[in-house]
Amino acid sequence: MLDDFFIRALLAGLGVAIVTGPLGCFVIWRRLSYFGDTLAHSALLGVTLAYTMEFNIAFSVFIISSLIALILIQLQKRTNLPGDALLGLLAHSSLAVGLVVISFLTFIRFDIMGLLFGDILAVTVDDLLIIWIGGPLILLVLKLIWKPLFASTVNYELAEAEGLNPDRAKAIFTILMAGIIAISIKMVGLLLITGMLIIPAAMARNISDSPQKMVVYSIIGGVLSVILGLFSSLEFNTSSGPSIIAAALFLFILSLLNIKQSIKLKN
Amino acid sequence: MSTNQNILVKLKEAGFRINNKWLVKGVTLQIEKGKIVTLIGPNGSGKSTTAKIALGIYKKIDGEVEKYTNKVGYVPQKISIDWTLPLRVNDFMTLTENLKAEAINEALSLTGVIHLKDKNLGDLSGGEFQRVLLARAISKKPELLVLDEPVQGVDFTGEIALYELIKKISDELNCGILLISHDLHTVMSATDHVVCLNGHVCCSGTPIDVAKNNEYKALFGEQASQILTRYEHRHDHIHTNEGEIKKN
Repeated sequence: MLDDFFIRALLAGLGVAIVTGPLGCFVIWRRLSYFGDTLAHSALLGVTLAYTMEFNIAFSVFIISSLIALILIQLQKRTNLPGDALLGLLAHSSLAVGLVVISFLTFIRFDIMGLLFGDILAVTVDDLLIIWIGGPLILLVLKLIWKPLFASTVNYELAEAEGLNPDRAKAIFTILMAGIIAISIKMVGLLLITGMLIIPAAMARNISDSPQKMVVYSIIGGVLSVILGLFSSLEFNTSSGPSIIAAALFLFILSLLNIKQSIKLKN
Repeated sequence: MSTNQNILVKLKEAGFRINNKWLVKGVTLQIEKGKIVTLIGPNGSGKSTTAKIALGIYKKIDGEVEKYTNKVGYVPQKISIDWTLPLRVNDFMTLTENLKAEAINEALSLTGVIHLKDKNLGDLSGGEFQRVLLARAISKKPELLVLDEPVQGVDFTGEIALYELIKKISDELNCGILLISHDLHTVMSATDHVVCLNGHVCCSGTPIDVAKNNEYKALFGEQASQILTRYEHRHDHIHTNEGEIKKN
């Protein structure tokens, strides 16, 4: 069964969607969309490193993304630049450095398009292993830090005052973000990963009235997007990563109908 | 003051500064089980800062803080919640601790907002939200309650009822309370120990002691001092907004 490239792609996509669902909710709640983008951009550097050192790609992307997150935290402490400027600085400089390094590596042929937009149809059994071991691990850790992370998302001082240690939860969450980017880069590519995090969660926000519901709907939305996107890419012969994101967008637009109705009901 | 085991938090010459500007300094106080300590003082005198020092929210402080409990309930003065979060009152109640449904219902009933249980937090009025905040803080049966102007925005009759509730909680749960309030009447009638702040501790003691203190008089005026000393009689009527008097 795993011999079929399409089944592999489907399994990879579903594995990623189940993890991006809950993480994406936190990305929206904590306003981290640009942070996710920055980590994703820095992933290119991780990929080039993997090729030069003959490392595992997911592992090297994880290391580089975590490193960039650390640098960001240090820069936030030591400079007077606003957060979004620092994010832009890191995102584009790490992308640029990654591209420069690539042009030095003339002896390797890079599939740049695949890196930027994903190549889910080229997923190997090894990739599947990484996704289906790494993914549940990320979810497990997220479950463990849920209370302090969620409480400090609602209000930092309450969480701190009532002894939940929000700083530790935040640091762990950053590592989880690096983790999901590492395992999903092959699927949707570094330009579209944040879309996979945000769009299903944004869709879920439109139709839920409690945090738990939003997480569940976000997972369902992601899973549907993967199925819808992959099958339509097969049907219409479109590139698979962008098709998945487009399917997510389609679901988001559908969810807008729900908002209109609830506003009508209120009036 | 009695010692050791009853002490929940102890501040010794504690102070906090940002960019070399002192928000408050030299605060010494302790909160014990079953006792209500009240901070009073003008705006900007460091009341909320002192509360945050006691709670351990501020880390780089001068002096010492010793905290002997982790069962804390906190009602902050200002709370900015991001309303993009889908959050109902019921979800908010279990924010920092998992509670049984009965505990949630009990706390919400005590502060008179049980009917709002399934409402979205963003749809509450200021006073309603304040009551939910208080319910959340007491629902986990804390050993230490820190209440920073807990009744702001609550209607007048509600205010009295909530202060009575706070007093009752302190007795029933035997928890220590650090209260910040502007309402001298209410404060003085229920408080065991008053600390008057003005960037530093200008005086402290029982309500009567503080009322007689000259620094306190200078800060709040002669009239405020009279409020305290004659706070033996109980109001049997309410002054409405229109200036009428209503019997209770």
